[in-house]
Amino acid sequence: MPQEFKRQYKEILEQYTQRQTELNLYEGQNFSRQLIQKNISPEEVISIHKASLEELMPDLPNDVWHSFDLLIEVMIRYGLALKEHQTLIKKQENFRMEMELASNVQQTLLKTKIPVMNDLDIGMISVPAKEMNGDYTHFLNDDTTIGIAVADVIGKGIPAALCMSMIKYGMDSLNGAETEPIVVLDVINRIVEKSVSDSMFISMFYGTYDTSNSKFTYASAGHEPPLFYSAKSNEFSELQAKGLLLGVIPNVKYEQHIISLDKDDFIVMMTDGVTECRSKAGFIDQNTVMDIIESVRDQSAQDMVEFVFHKLEELQEFEQRDDFTLVIFKKK
Amino acid sequence: MNLRSSVDIITEWDIVAARQLGRNEAKEVGFGTVDQARITTAISELARNIYLYAGKGKIEIRQITDGNLRGLLVIASDKGPGIVDVRKVMEDGYTTSGGLGAGLPGVRRLMDDFKIETVLGEGTTISASKLLR
Repeated sequence: MPQEFKRQYKEILEQYTQRQTELNLYEGQNFSRQLIQKNISPEEVISIHKASLEELMPDLPNDVWHSFDLLIEVMIRYGLALKEHQTLIKKQENFRMEMELASNVQQTLLKTKIPVMNDLDIGMISVPAKEMNGDYTHFLNDDTTIGIAVADVIGKGIPAALCMSMIKYGMDSLNGAETEPIVVLDVINRIVEKSVSDSMFISMFYGTYDTSNSKFTYASAGHEPPLFYSAKSNEFSELQAKGLLLGVIPNVKYEQHIISLDKDDFIVMMTDGVTECRSKAGFIDQNTVMDIIESVRDQSAQDMVEFVFHKLEELQEFEQRDDFTLVIFKKK
Repeated sequence: MNLRSSVDIITEWDIVAARQLGRNEAKEVGFGTVDQARITTAISELARNIYLYAGKGKIEIRQITDGNLRGLLVIASDKGPGIVDVRKVMEDGYTTSGGLGAGLPGVRRLMDDFKIETVLGEGTTISASKLLR
């Protein structure tokens, strides 16, 4: 038994038995902080109490001394549970650090550079709900064409993140920006179908923008339809394209569509983390999202996506439930 | 000095007998009340494991010396099924303890030294010792 603790405790106990003041009790409580810091277990505390009492009131009846031995026996397991608890907390901290490392690795792995194009202003934001991101954005470009992939694994966290890495390698195997969207989806679908369990689904949108004729060609595998904003009519419309989620069956026919962009028109691509934002009152509906976007349509594409993210964050009272990705292509 | 004595574990009552033997020996060596309670708790755990998982076995208590220090060695042996994954049962929060701090990790904490030998289909021997400091 640590003698120093016993001496201190005995003093506090002596004072308290004489006066019973709140100050004595307060000292007792502060003392317990020291005990915890020094890993003194409950059974040792009782043993300290007993030893102090033996010196202060040696004439107590034997029954009282015996009762402490029972109490010590009872407290042994509390001491064990406490120690186990402490190791588990340490373990949890290790897990957290490992997750942080994994998240850094993922960020490096999935890093994509926003290309600079003559004709097109591009903005992108992707914020994971937990450490690992289950959303994926990838740009492919040459001098005249830019390809954009936006994908979302149904689910979050580590499994989603692992799945994303696979899409990345699938995308890397493609030849370049000019590959047609339906070909891209077909290739990725075959990879995903072969390598992912039946319970894992991925939605993906792929589009290419050709700066030589301002045409945007796109296809979708069950992904959230992008919004198209026409500057001339000041109206939003959805870019619908039928196609099954990735990984369900090997041979899927995807639809491909083309749309022309005029000056200041823009396309908003997103994951369901944007459309399924919820406030206390329920889902934030699409019109609200459109209004938010429209209110900043004169700003740069990057400022737009950041504004929309912060605005929606605010509406959700800063509780982000799902991975959030937003990409805007705006014709200069 | 090498005093040894043992208790066969067949029924739940034998757990109490093993504890009693352990406590007597611990007192004789000179352990204080807290350490006596720790040693008997460890014996309880080991005896309970034998009773629950092996059916029958033996708890042996030996007084030991290490240099100038005296101490106690507890050996729990059985001819039960053995332990499939020792690493798992030694893991905190993974055993039957369910966060109650018991099980083999508990025994390891209560004692100074802990050794486990197990062969599938042949049995398990666990030795745990504590020195009086």
